[in-house]
Amino acid sequence: MKKLIQKVSYAVLLLAAAAIVSAGAAPAYAAWEPTKPVEFIVPAGAGGASDQMARTIQGIIMKYNLMKQPVMILNKSGASGAEGAMDVKEATGNPHKLMVAFSLIYTLPIAQNLPLSWENFNPVAMIALDDFILWVHSDAPYKTAKDYASAIKAAPDGTFKMGGTGSKREDQIISAAFDKIVGKKIIYIPYKSGGEASTQLAGKHIDSNVNNPSENVAQWRAGAARALCVFSDKPMDYKKKITDTAWSDIPTCKAQGIDVQYQMLRAFFLPLGTTSEQAAFYADLLKQVVSKPEWKEYTENNALARHYATGDEFVDFLKKDMAKHVQLMTEAGFAAKK
Amino acid sequence: MEDLFNLFHGFAVIFSWYNLGMMAIGLILGVIVGVLPGLGGPNGVAILLPLTFTMNPTSAIVMLSCIYWGSLFAGAITSILFNIPGESHSVATTFDGYPLAQQGRAGEALTASFTGSFVGAFFSVVLITFLAPLVAKFALKFGPPEFFAVYFLSFASFIGTGRDPFKTMITLMIGFGLAQIGMDSVSGQLRLTFGSSELLRGIDFLIAVIGLFGLGEILLSMEEGLKFEGKEAKINVKVVWHTWKKLPQYWATLLRSSAIGAWMGITPGGATSASFMGYGIAKRFSKNSHKFGTGKLEGVLAPETAAHASGCAALLPMMALGIPGSATAAVLLGGLMIWGLQPGPLLFIEQKDFVWGLIASMYLSNIVGLIIVLTTVPLFAAILRIPFSIIAPVIVVVCAIGAYSVNNAMFNIWAMLVFGVIGYIFKKLDYPLAPLVLALVLGDRAEVAFRQAILGSQGAMSIFFSNMLVSGIMTFGLLMLFWPAITLGWSKIRGTEPPEGRKTD
Repeated sequence: MKKLIQKVSYAVLLLAAAAIVSAGAAPAYAAWEPTKPVEFIVPAGAGGASDQMARTIQGIIMKYNLMKQPVMILNKSGASGAEGAMDVKEATGNPHKLMVAFSLIYTLPIAQNLPLSWENFNPVAMIALDDFILWVHSDAPYKTAKDYASAIKAAPDGTFKMGGTGSKREDQIISAAFDKIVGKKIIYIPYKSGGEASTQLAGKHIDSNVNNPSENVAQWRAGAARALCVFSDKPMDYKKKITDTAWSDIPTCKAQGIDVQYQMLRAFFLPLGTTSEQAAFYADLLKQVVSKPEWKEYTENNALARHYATGDEFVDFLKKDMAKHVQLMTEAGFAAKK
Repeated sequence: MEDLFNLFHGFAVIFSWYNLGMMAIGLILGVIVGVLPGLGGPNGVAILLPLTFTMNPTSAIVMLSCIYWGSLFAGAITSILFNIPGESHSVATTFDGYPLAQQGRAGEALTASFTGSFVGAFFSVVLITFLAPLVAKFALKFGPPEFFAVYFLSFASFIGTGRDPFKTMITLMIGFGLAQIGMDSVSGQLRLTFGSSELLRGIDFLIAVIGLFGLGEILLSMEEGLKFEGKEAKINVKVVWHTWKKLPQYWATLLRSSAIGAWMGITPGGATSASFMGYGIAKRFSKNSHKFGTGKLEGVLAPETAAHASGCAALLPMMALGIPGSATAAVLLGGLMIWGLQPGPLLFIEQKDFVWGLIASMYLSNIVGLIIVLTTVPLFAAILRIPFSIIAPVIVVVCAIGAYSVNNAMFNIWAMLVFGVIGYIFKKLDYPLAPLVLALVLGDRAEVAFRQAILGSQGAMSIFFSNMLVSGIMTFGLLMLFWPAITLGWSKIRGTEPPEGRKTD
């Protein structure tokens, strides 16, 4: 018994010493650490782009032991992701639950009047920007976005079918903007996921889709899809050959006369009621994740633009992005009546 | 011939003590996961996924897919013993499985279900082995009209089998109504949520099923004198042997269900559609169709065979196209990405070890799995001998945990209790519950496929007869729907009485 007391007091002493040392040496944000397993809530289906990214990050955290507590990934894709976002929002003050967010933090509040805007969460950090590409089947006669646009213009309204993920979301926003420029009605068919939109294109049930690079790369490599243009202001960075071309070889849509630019954030949020100290812990964790070679490899393979931002820089980005979505969605008639 | 060579290569990959060990661990874990309601295959695989990050991909997929097979085998156990289906694809197993258990024939029902599962799995694996590239291309032919046709066929092959078409329609419509709740993915609008955030996610079928079947059954048993029927059942090796001897006479059912399952897994229509369709079609073609629902072995064999065939076949579109055919396949898909494998048409060319190792392991693990579950039949059946007053509270608690864990929401437990009362009332009034569950599970998928198809055709219904494939499925569906009328008409022409049991259809 005596021995035990001795041991305990020794341990307490050591801990106190360690605390003093770390308080002096390490920056203040290192003080808070998760005490329970951390949940990453993915408001999208398993196997989709958000889910793949979350699981890659989980793998990197585990491999380098960046956090003492394990990471669990939960897919809550109900109601276009509102299920997952609502789950995180309602966990007020819980620092062990993060949302792996994408543009749903703009589209859900704008189109459905749901209280799930980015302001209803505690912003942690954004880690990447996802591009959108105009894809057609490789058997289609159109070699460029210009060809495709003129084919649509030459045909009567409603001849061409565009597939995408969900309704009144990023894919349909881009599709509507594309539609407006071409000046002919294109039928938009909402699917459950980008994966479904990809196979539906491979099966020629639709004429085109606006999938993210990662959602269509398998069909592209297999020679079933062709990338016409990227909806961005400049071509993508990645020069590695995927087929006989590289991501960087895909021209911008703007250069093809289709001035539509849209990139989607990939970011993490805590629920409100969590402290800035807790947000800083995860922001730092993610910063370590994005510095690892596995992340570089993942972003390269999926043509995900690396873009790390936290703090005020991140909030500024969110404000501007929100305003852009309000404008785009109001123009397309997707905004709900207040 | 090349396929056979590849398969042998796959067996060479699998035959190491390490891989075989992983297989056994996976199967046993799968059985445990499958027995506990609310903790089905997807959850089990998801929980163990991080453990596999450091393993080589082939061993990892062998272990994880074995969890899947184990849970598919074991999903039937609670359906048969307690009328609580752990997963949507074992709902149809309760229809005849539970009555069998009540008659003291739980051992027979379990043996039949496990063996049926094995046959279905084997059928699918053989199909995958020899037809992989062809079959993968076939899946691409499915657009919205084809998907709708498949769901239509599921409904059609099931609806006509009810005793009272009027009551069937009522419960079916209630199911459709419940399926509407939540966000409509075609228009992006919320429906029937009444501003409640709890209703956003919709009503999960599992909550309805646990309440309607599990709790409803307990309420009925309480009224009927606090006991389980058939607790005197004797279960041993003889029962297994005895059941096996009976099975060959059901070869047609087994073959039909295997084909339905494999097809539904590949397209991918899902194991749930497969099990309902398997049951409905077996009933339609059976000589004893009027006895279905009272405890027929065929009624257990048909849905289980179809579900397991579909589960196995679902791995093919997952690997070849990156489309998961089931929830578990979706989690496995996530695993593939983490292990650095890109699912898609090139996987079969670039990762031969992985693909053929998995296929070879499917042969082996289903044999080992069958042995494991059969040896545990006496163990599970022994649960029935526990007095009702002890087991019933345990079941209620397990039901509540199951309902809660679907979305980790307290709301689900209240919803489950409400469904329990509804289930009790429906049973008292002799309303069939199955159509409600069928509509809840497949209703919104059918609706979405229908609307996608109509969007594409700009409102023209002719889209459902626009090519050989979709017209074929639709015609078969219509035939199924009107089969009772057709048989009635046929016997009128021949001047004989319609066969017994179909009069009331």
